[in-house]
Amino acid sequence: MKKLLSVQQLSKFFGEQLACDDIGFDLYEGEVLAIVGESGSGKTTLLRCLAGLLPPNHGRILYHGKDGRQVDIVLASEAVRRNLLRTEWGFVHQDARDGLRMGVSAGANIGERLMAIGDRHYGHIRSSAEQWLGRVDIPISRIDDSPWTYSGGMRQRLQISRNLVTAPRLMLMDEPTGGLDVSVQARLLDLMRGLVRDLGLAVILVTHDLAVARLLSSRMIVMQNGRVVEQGLTDQILEDPQQPYSQLLVSSVLQV
Amino acid sequence: MSSASYNFAYLSEQTKRMIRRALLKAIAIPGYQVPFASREMPMPYGWGTGGVQVTAAILVPEDVLKVIDQGADDTTNAVSLRSFFVKTAGIATTEATAEATVIQTRHRIPEAPLTENQILVFQVPIPEPLRFLEPRETETRKMHALEEYGVMHVKLYEDIAKLGQVATTYAYPAKVAGRYVFDPSPIPKFDNPKLDHNPALQLFGAGREKRVYAIPPYTSVQSLDFEDHPFEIQKWDHTCALCGSDDSFLDEIITDDKGGHMFVCSDTDHCRATQEQK
Repeated sequence: MKKLLSVQQLSKFFGEQLACDDIGFDLYEGEVLAIVGESGSGKTTLLRCLAGLLPPNHGRILYHGKDGRQVDIVLASEAVRRNLLRTEWGFVHQDARDGLRMGVSAGANIGERLMAIGDRHYGHIRSSAEQWLGRVDIPISRIDDSPWTYSGGMRQRLQISRNLVTAPRLMLMDEPTGGLDVSVQARLLDLMRGLVRDLGLAVILVTHDLAVARLLSSRMIVMQNGRVVEQGLTDQILEDPQQPYSQLLVSSVLQV
Repeated sequence: MSSASYNFAYLSEQTKRMIRRALLKAIAIPGYQVPFASREMPMPYGWGTGGVQVTAAILVPEDVLKVIDQGADDTTNAVSLRSFFVKTAGIATTEATAEATVIQTRHRIPEAPLTENQILVFQVPIPEPLRFLEPRETETRKMHALEEYGVMHVKLYEDIAKLGQVATTYAYPAKVAGRYVFDPSPIPKFDNPKLDHNPALQLFGAGREKRVYAIPPYTSVQSLDFEDHPFEIQKWDHTCALCGSDDSFLDEIITDDKGGHMFVCSDTDHCRATQEQK
């Protein structure tokens, strides 16, 4: 497997406040990596640094692009970062309203990335939008409806499809199942599993929900107070956590 | 003669220099919105304070000024602004497009072709074409800088998806010199083709928003569209009821309260000239 992303000694402070300290990991093509930890452990800050939305204080984020070139996200110009974010990367927000353009129809939401990379053929954009709605189980008859009329689960699926339309290689997801009820969550997880497998996507998944991490990810990073306390295979960490904090985290999951 | 208490064309020389500097930059970067220190003018925002400041900055005593509002020389806005410059600059005015050296306009480009010796000044309410899609000014500036214009097509997509065609009929966005997407002010899209490779210098002033921008003579201006939904201008089933013109922009005029109406040229000078030819 080829290395897609390499994070080295990444640190982020907000003033005196430490948010991420000396984080390092590698991500390979087609791999799903979960970052877990309690609220305030620095998961989301880490993800925002990776996406280039926050400048880290220290460290390197090396991305191996489609064209074979290596880009350091920290040093790259904003033009390069923004271009990556709408072509080879995707970002799924916890609240779909942050990731969608709520003022325009679902079809336009899906088509936006295509138009952003220069597609100027209405018929083609329209058929891609229809195709992607189908793939995320949204009835095609809803294509011209505003996302405001969509349920929470549909909005989240729309947000995901909107990111996938340009065939990205890496998806960054911030609590994609947060705020959804369990049956809708299950359906979304099912869908994501299928998409990841079919498209060979690499995913960095930030979640506080260990069940989500177990279902989707193959590898896992446990964070506490801005530090990585444990990393390894998901099954290994969940079955046999080595660090006290990981043990606490795993044992605090409610069993139904 | 201009009133002795006013400097020529109302603004101070220093202010005019400031505006001219902004205009020079605007001409050097076609379609780019240049910030300038817009002044309070003795008229409300929305009456053309941007256009008035641009006109004041470029006027010389030999100029012949024409002011139009919705294509007409005799509407309130046009009459007021013309008399403003007569009073403060003492310059000659005209209603004939061909005789004017500076034409200040709101909502229209004259039907008669312009020449290299003319300057067209537009009054612009909202200079930012991305404004209704992206409310943050910091973000729209970045989008212009990085040429991230995909979202403009999102708007056109919405029109076609909902209405079967691009329903934007005025302030229709266009790309200047293959680089900046700009808002041509609320002219009907009927006039967009006239922006393209026009021999006249075209200046745009937005007073409240404090921006000027320009299209130098003979610059390409391409209206945004889709390959399978090309840009089209409005067409009428009527000809002008006064002059019979079939190629000008028509206004529908209500003539009584019984449903009577007629279509006439919005460009009054063009209408008069066509009538005189007959």
